Amino acid sequence: MNVANVMPIALTALLRNKTRSFLTTLGVVIGVASVISMVAVGEGAKARVAGVFAAMGTNMLVVLSGTTTSGGITGGFGSLPTLTWDDLRAMRSQAPAVRWVAPAQMTKVTVMAEDQNWTTGITGTSPEFFDIRNWTIDKGSLFGDTDVQAGTKVIVIGATVSEKLFGGGADPVGKTVRIRSVPFLVVGLLQRKGQSPMGTDYDDGAFIPISTFQSQIQGGLQKYISGIILVSAISSDETRRAQSELTALLRDRHHLSPGEDDDFNIRNLTEIANAQQSGTQALTALLAAIAVVSLVVGGIGIMNIMLVSVTERTREIGVRMAVGAKPWHILAQFLGEAVTLSMIGGVMGVVMGSVIARLVASRLGWSYSARVDMMLVSFAFSAVVGIGFGLYPARKASRLDPIEALRYE
Amino acid sequence: MAALVLAEHLTKVYVLGDNELRALDDVSVTIEVGEFVAIMGASGSGKSTLMNILGCLDRPTSGRYVLDGRDVSRLSRGELAEVRNETIGFVFQSFNLLARTSALENVELPLVYAGLPGRERRERAREALERVGLGGRLDHHPAQLSGGQQQRVAIARAIVNRPKLVFADEPTGNLDTKTSVDVMRLFQELWSGGLTIVYVTHEPDVARYASRVVTVRDGRIVGDTRQDPARAEMAA
Repeated sequence: MNVANVMPIALTALLRNKTRSFLTTLGVVIGVASVISMVAVGEGAKARVAGVFAAMGTNMLVVLSGTTTSGGITGGFGSLPTLTWDDLRAMRSQAPAVRWVAPAQMTKVTVMAEDQNWTTGITGTSPEFFDIRNWTIDKGSLFGDTDVQAGTKVIVIGATVSEKLFGGGADPVGKTVRIRSVPFLVVGLLQRKGQSPMGTDYDDGAFIPISTFQSQIQGGLQKYISGIILVSAISSDETRRAQSELTALLRDRHHLSPGEDDDFNIRNLTEIANAQQSGTQALTALLAAIAVVSLVVGGIGIMNIMLVSVTERTREIGVRMAVGAKPWHILAQFLGEAVTLSMIGGVMGVVMGSVIARLVASRLGWSYSARVDMMLVSFAFSAVVGIGFGLYPARKASRLDPIEALRYE
Repeated sequence: MAALVLAEHLTKVYVLGDNELRALDDVSVTIEVGEFVAIMGASGSGKSTLMNILGCLDRPTSGRYVLDGRDVSRLSRGELAEVRNETIGFVFQSFNLLARTSALENVELPLVYAGLPGRERRERAREALERVGLGGRLDHHPAQLSGGQQQRVAIARAIVNRPKLVFADEPTGNLDTKTSVDVMRLFQELWSGGLTIVYVTHEPDVARYASRVVTVRDGRIVGDTRQDPARAEMAA
C-alpha cells in the first residue's frame, strides 16, 4: 500500500459525488481564474504603458529653457529663451552619459502640393532627432548633417501628410512641396508610427533641417533656441546621470550661483515612464492580492465539504480501518481527495483565467502574453490550498476510533 | 491443536466522569485453530467489548493477548491495522458495505490495504464471491442486493485475505429467519473448510450452530461449553 494506491481510492470517492465535487471545485476554479486573468490584465496594462513611452523616444530627456515673470504672471517653461546654440554643442560634447542631442522647433504651417494642401506641425531639427525618437525611414532617406550646415530646402514627411498631399500609397520622394511659397524637395517618408494614447497622430508631421527652419520659417537666425532640446542618454539606466551632468553643465555655462534656481528645466521621460510602470505594477499586485483572497475562500470551501464528507463517511472510515487501513491510509485518502479537488480546480482555473485574459486583451486591443510562470504558480498554490485546508479534515478522519466509527449512525 | 487466541486476564475499563465502568473483568479465554465459537450474552454484557479486543479493534486496559503466537495487547494503532489486515476478517450486523461500490470492489478492499496489484485483487475477490455463491453478481451495488446477499458479500470480504480467524458481530441480527439460516450454513461450510470463526449473538437459536458457546455476563465469562453444532437447515 503506497500513495499510488491511495489516489484511485480518492478519485473513486470524488466521482461517486460528481455534483458536490464540481461545486466544491468551483471556488478554486474562480480563485485561480481570477489570479491568472488579473495578473494578465495588469501585465497588459504595463506593456501598454511601456509601449507608449518607447514610441515617445529612447531613454529620452527633454531640456526646456527658463520662465519669465511679467506683471505677476509666470510664464511656462520655454517662455524665456535661455538655451543657446553653444549650450547645445556643449551638451553634445561635454556630457559623457549623453548619446544624442537634437534641437526641435515647431510651428504649424500649411504645406502645398500641386493640387492639395495640408496644415501640419513642422519641426526644424537635426538628424539625431530621428535616432532619439527611434523613428525610421520608410522610403527615401533622412536629411544629414550637411543639410543642416547648408540650410538645404529638403523635407521629410510623415505618412499622414503624404496621404493628404499625394494620396494613399503614393511615393512622395522626389516630389516638391511649398511652404510659404518656398519649394522643398521631399527626400524621405517616415515609417508609420500610429497614434499616441491621447490621440496624437505621430504620422502627421513634417521635418526640415533646423537651419532651414530658422531661415525660411522663423525668419532669421537667432542666438537662442526657441524650441526644446531632445536628449538621449546612453542607456535607460543612465538617464539620471545624464540629467545631473546636463544640469551641472548648464548651470556652469549660465553662471548660476549655488543658491539660484535653474533657468532651464530637464524632464526625464524614462523616470516618468518608470513611475507609470510602478503604478500599474502596484495595481497588478492589488488585483492579484484580491484574487488570492478568493482562492483562499475557495480553499475554505474545500475544507468545509471535506469535513462534511468525513462525518458522512464515518462508517466507511470504520470499515476501511477494520479491514486493515492504517491511520495514514485514511489521512492520505482524504488529503488526496482535497488535493485532487483543488488541483482539478487549479487546471480549470488556469484554462478559464487564460480565456478571460485573452478576451479582455482583445477587447482593449492589448497584446496578450501567456504567463506560464503565473499559471504554474497559481496551479501550485491551488495544490497547496488543497493540502492546507484538506489536512485538518483528513487528520480528523484518520484519528477516528474504528469501533466508534463502525457504530456511527 | 495450537492456540490461535490466547487471552489472559483481560480487563477493559471505561472512565465516564467519576464513574468507572468495567466492561471486561479479568477474562481469560483460549480458542484453538478450527473452532467455531459463539459468544453469547445480553446487551451490555461485555461480549462486544471482548470481541473488539480479540478482533484487534481495541486494546485491553490490562491483561495479555497473544494472537497466533504474537503478543498484540500493546501494539500501536497502525500495527493493529496490519494484524487485522493479515490475520482477521470481520462480518458486521449491518453488513457495512461501501455504498455505490460494486460487490467486487467491496471485496477487494482488504487486498487494497494489503498492497496487492489490481489484477490479483480482482482475481481473488472473484474467487471469494464465487465461494459465497455470488459469482454472478460481481458488478451489483449493495442497493441492488438483498440483505442476505449483502451479508454474503461481507463474508466474501472477510475471507478474501485468507485470514486465520473471522469475527462476526451479530451476523444475523438484521436478517429474517430463513436468510439467517442460510448465512449460518455458509459459516458452517467455511468452518468445515478449516476456518476458525468467532461470532457474537444474543439469540440462543443462533448459538446452536457453533461447536462451542462462551457465555458472558457483567464482563465475566460465566459459561463455556462444547456442543455438537446443529445443522443449519430450515425446518421443513
